[in-house]
Amino acid sequence: MSEPLLKVTGLRKHFTVRKGLARQASVVKAVDGLDFTLERGKTLGLVGESGCGKSTTGKLLMRLLEPTAGSIALDGRDVASLRKDELQSFRRRVQMVFQNPASSLNPRMTVGSAIAAPLAAQKITPPEGVKKRVQSLMDRVGLRPEHANRFPHEFSGGQRQRIGIARALALEPDVVICDEPVSALDVSVQAQVVNLLKDIQDELGISYIFIAHDLAVVRHMADDVAVMYLGKIMEHGSRDQIFGDPQHPYTRSLLSAVPSVELGAGSKDRIRLQGDLPSPANPPSGCVFRTRCPAYALLPEEKRLLCRDEIPTGSVACHHPDAPLLEIPAAATTLV
Amino acid sequence: MSTAATATAPPEGAPKLVTGRSLLGTAWMRIRRSKIAMVSLAIVILMVLFALLAPVLTAIEGQNPDATNTGPDVLDAFENPGLPLPGYMFPSAEHWLGVEPGLGRDLFARLAYGAQVSLIIALLSTIVSVILGTVLGAAAGYFGGKIDSVISRLIDLFLAFPHLLLVLSIAPILQSRLKDSPLAQGSFVPITSLVVVLGFFGWAYLARIVRGQVLSIREQEYIEAARSFGTSHLSMILKQIIPNVAGVVLVYATMMIPTNITAEAALSFLGVGVKDPTPSWGQMLNAAQQGNWYLNDPWFLAVPSIALIITVLAFNLLGDAVRDALDPKSSRN
Ligand SMILES: Nc1ncnc2c1ncn2[C@@H]1O[C@H](COP(=O)(O)OP(=O)(O)OP(=O)(O)O)[C@@H](O)[C@H]1O
Ligand SMILES: [Mg+2]
Repeated sequence: MSEPLLKVTGLRKHFTVRKGLARQASVVKAVDGLDFTLERGKTLGLVGESGCGKSTTGKLLMRLLEPTAGSIALDGRDVASLRKDELQSFRRRVQMVFQNPASSLNPRMTVGSAIAAPLAAQKITPPEGVKKRVQSLMDRVGLRPEHANRFPHEFSGGQRQRIGIARALALEPDVVICDEPVSALDVSVQAQVVNLLKDIQDELGISYIFIAHDLAVVRHMADDVAVMYLGKIMEHGSRDQIFGDPQHPYTRSLLSAVPSVELGAGSKDRIRLQGDLPSPANPPSGCVFRTRCPAYALLPEEKRLLCRDEIPTGSVACHHPDAPLLEIPAAATTLV
Repeated sequence: MSTAATATAPPEGAPKLVTGRSLLGTAWMRIRRSKIAMVSLAIVILMVLFALLAPVLTAIEGQNPDATNTGPDVLDAFENPGLPLPGYMFPSAEHWLGVEPGLGRDLFARLAYGAQVSLIIALLSTIVSVILGTVLGAAAGYFGGKIDSVISRLIDLFLAFPHLLLVLSIAPILQSRLKDSPLAQGSFVPITSLVVVLGFFGWAYLARIVRGQVLSIREQEYIEAARSFGTSHLSMILKQIIPNVAGVVLVYATMMIPTNITAEAALSFLGVGVKDPTPSWGQMLNAAQQGNWYLNDPWFLAVPSIALIITVLAFNLLGDAVRDALDPKSSRN
């Protein structure tokens, strides 16, 4: 098999934060050992609750943050060891669509110059070609030519996200990291933006890392899905596998929490995760999910002990993937 | 700001027709609605025209700022030697604002050419301060770390200086140095020395304001976005950051011009600024005070004083209006 476009191994990012009067240092394990690959032209969905380290992962892949450990390889070339000029051309190949369309556009820059900014920074397009390129990008994402001279605040959220997409496409990247590109948008607008991203992928053959907490959107977009919890991947597999036959108790509870018509609004058959999300500064030992695991509660004592051990690496990060879950009828897991 | 920022998005494909108004466009709308602002703006424009058109106006008057009239028909030769005779002390068709005591030079011509010098000094020193303050403040906020510590200490140091004392001692030194330069002609020396001194001592406060603004701008996602496509530090500061502090800088600059007009007047009055024969409003005040002319010829003191007060007041009121107009939180639309 040929080399994957992007290969991530053992990726970690630990933030040292100082709190309180004593400035006591604590380590936040925002990303704690990720392994995944991304093939050319494919989409990897990254899902998980707020604070599980999705954006941090995206920024690590963009080299906006330096990893604490682990490696990122683009076409087999380690990204961490790039020289300054190599980093500049790496920046051309990996681009990002940001979570918040309101703050990811400079309020004092016209739409045209915002889209032209990557071209200016990389100096690969001759000045006389920039205007044409900007116009064709704007056309591609469904903005009208006269929008070029307007400012971001004159646009709706969906249009701003289109501007962000045009900017990310300007340098013809191989990978675009979409960090919750639609979660700040109206539901009615979400589908349009998601479809735009899909059309662009079909047309240009680029790869996406698609970050989201909305499972329905991920199901629509992704070829592969990685489910994250407290900086670790809980379950990793093809879309059909994750949505059709989820193994990990966390995945199963996430899927069951997705509102669906069949389940009905009043259904009590959902698995609700107990307790609060543990702090990434002080995660549980062994399986990080065990404190909220709906299977853990039903496990016999001797099996529970195993959960305190480190999980072996694999596509399902669970000691007892087939254990029954608390409060869960079989039907609920498949209805999404 | 505009309503486009509200959360509910309209249907796609139907771009909202919020009129395309930029920051300055909105500010201008607000300024136009304020009477005080418009009157001050008019006065400022008139003063600038007065200075620019000094050669034309004095040509119409038929006088020039350097010609002396010490004849006994103009100046008193007996009781109060040098005091203009009644027909020459006050405005007349020949001398629109009368003549000055001592040398009998035309007051209108000196006021007009003095306006040139005073306004040029105020404008250039403001530009020097604004450039220094914006660039250093932006660099401190943007780079952080060591660069920030060095610049911040420098700001503290400059703000802690007793400015007037320092300026009083530095200005004469600078002037004597400049006198020997090959450029030393006409009013070059007094203008340059005041611009350097005032500009160099006025940047620190602005730098502190800009630094604070940039610290918060730096955390914005669009800066991260710009970094992600490899924007150079220079274009990051010039294109991404500075446009976002332009409003603050503009307000500060309009406030600083009157301060510098006053500072020029004060320094020249104290004798370390513009000196005779070069006219400036400060130099004229100084001349009125020398030899106690103002006791017998208060008009000679009143002319530059009134010009100064009107101009400084107009600039200050305009500065207030600009600040209000650029303030997004301002309730007026
Ligand atoms: N610069 C930082 N310094 C310290 N802690 C950080 C920093 N950036 C992120 N974190 C912490 O790392 C964890 C993961 O944050 P991250 O932004 O990656 O989450 P996320 O999955 O993107 O969440 P969301 O869905 O809310 O966007 C959080 O606990 C966050 O507080
Ligand atoms: Mg995030």
